Amino acid sequence: MNVQNKRLPGGGRIDRSYPVEFSFDGQKMAGYRGDTLASALLANGATLVGRSFKYHRPRGILSAGPEEPNALVTLGTAGRREPNLPATTLELDDGMVAESQNRWPSLAFDVQSVNGLFAPFLSAGFYYKTFMGPTRRAWKVYEHFIRKAAGLGRAGTEPDPDRYVVRHAFADITIVGGGPAGLSAARAAAAAGARVTLIEQDFLLGGQLLAERSDGTAASWLNQVEAELKSFETVTLMKRTSAFGIYDGDVIGLVEQRDQVGPPRTGEARQTVTMLRARSIVFATGAIERPMVFANNDRPGVMLASAARTYLNRFAVLPGRKIIVTAANDGAWRTAFDCAAAGAEVTVADPRAAPPAALVAEAARLGITVRAATRIVDLHGGRAVRGATLAGPDGQFEAACDLVCMSGGWSPTVHLTSHLGIKPRYREDIDGFVPGAFPANRFGAGAMMGNYAAADAIEDGHRVGVEAASFCGKSAPAPAPSKLDLGETVTTMLRDVPSAQRGKAFVDFQMDVTTKDIELAHREGYESVEHLKRYTTLGMGTDQGKTSNFPALSAMAALRRSTVPETGTTTFRPPFTPVAIGALAGRATGHHFKPFRRTPMHDWHLANGADMLEVGVWMRPWFYNQSGADVNEAYVAEMRNVRQAAGLMDISTLGKIDLQGPDAATFLDRVYANGFAKLQVGRARYGVMLRDDGIVFDDGTTTRLAENRFFMTTSTAKAADVLSRLEFLLDTAWPELRVAVASVSDEWAAMSVAGPKSRAILAAAFSSLDISDEALPHMGAQEGEWKGRALRILRLSYSGERAYEIYVGATAGERLWSHLLEAGRPFDLKPYGVEALGALRVEKGHVAGPEIDGRTTLDDLGLGRMVVGKRSGFVGDVLRRRPALLAPDRQRLVGLECIEDGKRLRGGAILFLPGSKAHGHGRGRITSVTFSPERGRYVGLALLAGDVATEGSEVVAVYPMKAETVRARIVSPVFLDPQGERLHG
Amino acid sequence: MLRIECPCCGPRDHDEFRYGGDASVRRPAHDDPDPEAWYAYVYVRENPAGLHREFWQHVIGCRQWLVVERDTRNHVVSSVTFARTSQA
Repeated sequence: MNVQNKRLPGGGRIDRSYPVEFSFDGQKMAGYRGDTLASALLANGATLVGRSFKYHRPRGILSAGPEEPNALVTLGTAGRREPNLPATTLELDDGMVAESQNRWPSLAFDVQSVNGLFAPFLSAGFYYKTFMGPTRRAWKVYEHFIRKAAGLGRAGTEPDPDRYVVRHAFADITIVGGGPAGLSAARAAAAAGARVTLIEQDFLLGGQLLAERSDGTAASWLNQVEAELKSFETVTLMKRTSAFGIYDGDVIGLVEQRDQVGPPRTGEARQTVTMLRARSIVFATGAIERPMVFANNDRPGVMLASAARTYLNRFAVLPGRKIIVTAANDGAWRTAFDCAAAGAEVTVADPRAAPPAALVAEAARLGITVRAATRIVDLHGGRAVRGATLAGPDGQFEAACDLVCMSGGWSPTVHLTSHLGIKPRYREDIDGFVPGAFPANRFGAGAMMGNYAAADAIEDGHRVGVEAASFCGKSAPAPAPSKLDLGETVTTMLRDVPSAQRGKAFVDFQMDVTTKDIELAHREGYESVEHLKRYTTLGMGTDQGKTSNFPALSAMAALRRSTVPETGTTTFRPPFTPVAIGALAGRATGHHFKPFRRTPMHDWHLANGADMLEVGVWMRPWFYNQSGADVNEAYVAEMRNVRQAAGLMDISTLGKIDLQGPDAATFLDRVYANGFAKLQVGRARYGVMLRDDGIVFDDGTTTRLAENRFFMTTSTAKAADVLSRLEFLLDTAWPELRVAVASVSDEWAAMSVAGPKSRAILAAAFSSLDISDEALPHMGAQEGEWKGRALRILRLSYSGERAYEIYVGATAGERLWSHLLEAGRPFDLKPYGVEALGALRVEKGHVAGPEIDGRTTLDDLGLGRMVVGKRSGFVGDVLRRRPALLAPDRQRLVGLECIEDGKRLRGGAILFLPGSKAHGHGRGRITSVTFSPERGRYVGLALLAGDVATEGSEVVAVYPMKAETVRARIVSPVFLDPQGERLHG
Repeated sequence: MLRIECPCCGPRDHDEFRYGGDASVRRPAHDDPDPEAWYAYVYVRENPAGLHREFWQHVIGCRQWLVVERDTRNHVVSSVTFARTSQA
């Protein structure tokens, strides 16, 4: 076990009575409750925590927040393994298992760090130049190796055992950020009477106040305000919650981590995504400190100045004993003061010729060496920084150090406000971008508006809290907040112009983008920030360039000899922080990914050996185990039984629509391509609907139950679309037609009895009904009752056999199903599944989904004859006559018969003419196949170019997935009973 | 997450609706034989940066087809009416 050799004996916001054990790269370490993984690693003296993306350079912890580009770790094992998590945001938990990333075989010795030696070849644009230009073929050779070498952590491959939840929530006001501005805004808005939700990504409230001493004035202000907020029932405090995106309708996407105190409770979500809708949003997202850019500024032991102060004051970790603080602003001096007070030997290198006298005096009091007009030009040390080369007024000199704290100024966190298009605006006095004009219901406060000092942020927060509440109509008087003055001097800043005469000076740490890459991009003409980003991959890491954006703009502006606002900034998009896909999916995984619909006979199917198949959202019997050992054996047996005796099929999934009204017949006459106006009462008709563009939409049957009442069935897949389309036409196109449509899909259970013995079975099952051919001819309909339930029998055939569709009230479905099987037993009635159903229709040449694929016309499908005489005025009639849709070489429906023994046809095979090269799209494709017991061989339906679709000639069917080539003969698509005699058999 | 104020059911998330395309195009009469008219209705669309009249159906609700006026630049919905009455 490592000792916490960098931990100070007292202070900090850690619970020393609650020690925590964790492991990093297999090594056991200790920390305390209240640590982050990063602070605990620093306490244990671990400076090297990762390897960089491209060059595999050793990296340490740069920041103390979600902007961290370096210290990305993989957490957890097996199914809980999650990669690329910033150690700086991970609340330390007992038993936590963390691993470093992007190194092999070990963190300290990494083989790919030789990439650094080949750096000239890995510069900006390397991939494009090498693989996308004339030498593109090289990509095919190298892709495998490059993909393996690239990438950060690897996700787990086992199923995640944890539970995730997605929920919705509402508030008057959402406040993003729990620093001084956000807390003050929440307090004011709540006092004014608004319902407030405060979002804080950390597990403690306070923001930058947490970098102050845990026993000072900042701490007491924090305690007081937190207590005040907790006293409001209307305030919801969401800690450990990241606002990852703002979406239309003032919806904020939030992801909340489980409170990790203690073991997970049963059923508790590991992460919860909340879509929070608020009437008003207050952004108090703070600011992110900028790194400075000099040679080897990425060495482990180089840290943002504010981060070092956070580790010291919040976590009681002094990460270095010999510290150089370099900054062009006053704020960073406070890091020097606090570190010196904690016992470190500190040097301040300030590029300004004359830093403020008050700071210099305080530094002298604390024994700090001050070097004015001095910069760091290079750092030394590999896996940890050992010393620096500085350039001062008297030339260059060397200084030993084990920690470098840097501050290139601050960048307001404008990511979230950018998500909805509030363009950042450059504010010269702070040399940074703040949000532009807000819409009436959004507000910004504190550091994100450039008001950095705590006192200003508190005042700012109070003001916008009152304004936001007033926007929501809440204006009870809100007492002013207590004052807090931390004595921060207003920052004077000197732009840190990134430059490096030697070595690599990093701008984007995560994506390994250096000043040289930016210079190269500039030289090659990629000057716009959006081009710069794509050419160099700057800002494209999981950290979204939170620390690199401004330094890069600054460098490009200098190269272009223009200003930062002229150079512009890139557009920030969600997510602000990475969100696990599992969290976004919530409970919608596995079986719950989509709803399952079950027919009324579902349980019977399961109890009687059905192998079920997902068909769209429906579960349908694929085949029954009693029919054969596997699907191929079973479906052929089930087909034979239908053709020889009778089969029973569950067709409850068909869409069923009730149409009523005096104009119902007129309406149907317009929506179907074939005529319905003259359909007689008690008769059914097969109908095909077209889309407005003339392509076939769906097919089904419609029965006229009474003069003004019809019963329509649609395909299973298109049930919802057809109903919606009918409603559309009635609401928007022909509101004058007096027709009402309603879905009755769920009201009816439906089953079909098909086969030569079907009439006898129905006669036995319904002794009180007349099932004779006179009473119920082909395409006839009959209504009745069965055991007090409504019953409809339609004599329709899909299989080509004599067949009846029987509809009964849904709750009686299973009873009638069993009753039919019982009555049909002497006639060998057996259930059959969708595989046999599909095979039966292919054999009969009926088109279905694979042929009605949204590209085929009536003529393509051989259904043109349905539009008889001079019929016109139906949907799609005009555009179906477009010349291209009538071209003689359009692919049209043909039948194919396999003519090679021992071979088979496959759906999806591409058709070529014999002797032509099997290359490209061919002249057609096979859409549906089946083994035909009737023909004793494989047959199929295909769409084949009309100019070569001559019955009797041959085609070659090529199936590249299995390297199969088979010869087939073009035949009529009706393989069975072309005269339709079996319908009456 | 758009929210549409259904004149029948009140404000609802757009998840409950089905989009039905441009409502500013005029459908030819059902027996209009002019291919140009049908071509324009099916294929020709403005792509305005600004107010857009469009059809939405409240499928998980009253099932009414609605005409929604939405600003394509910021998704602000300025009016919602029943398609039946707005066509008249």
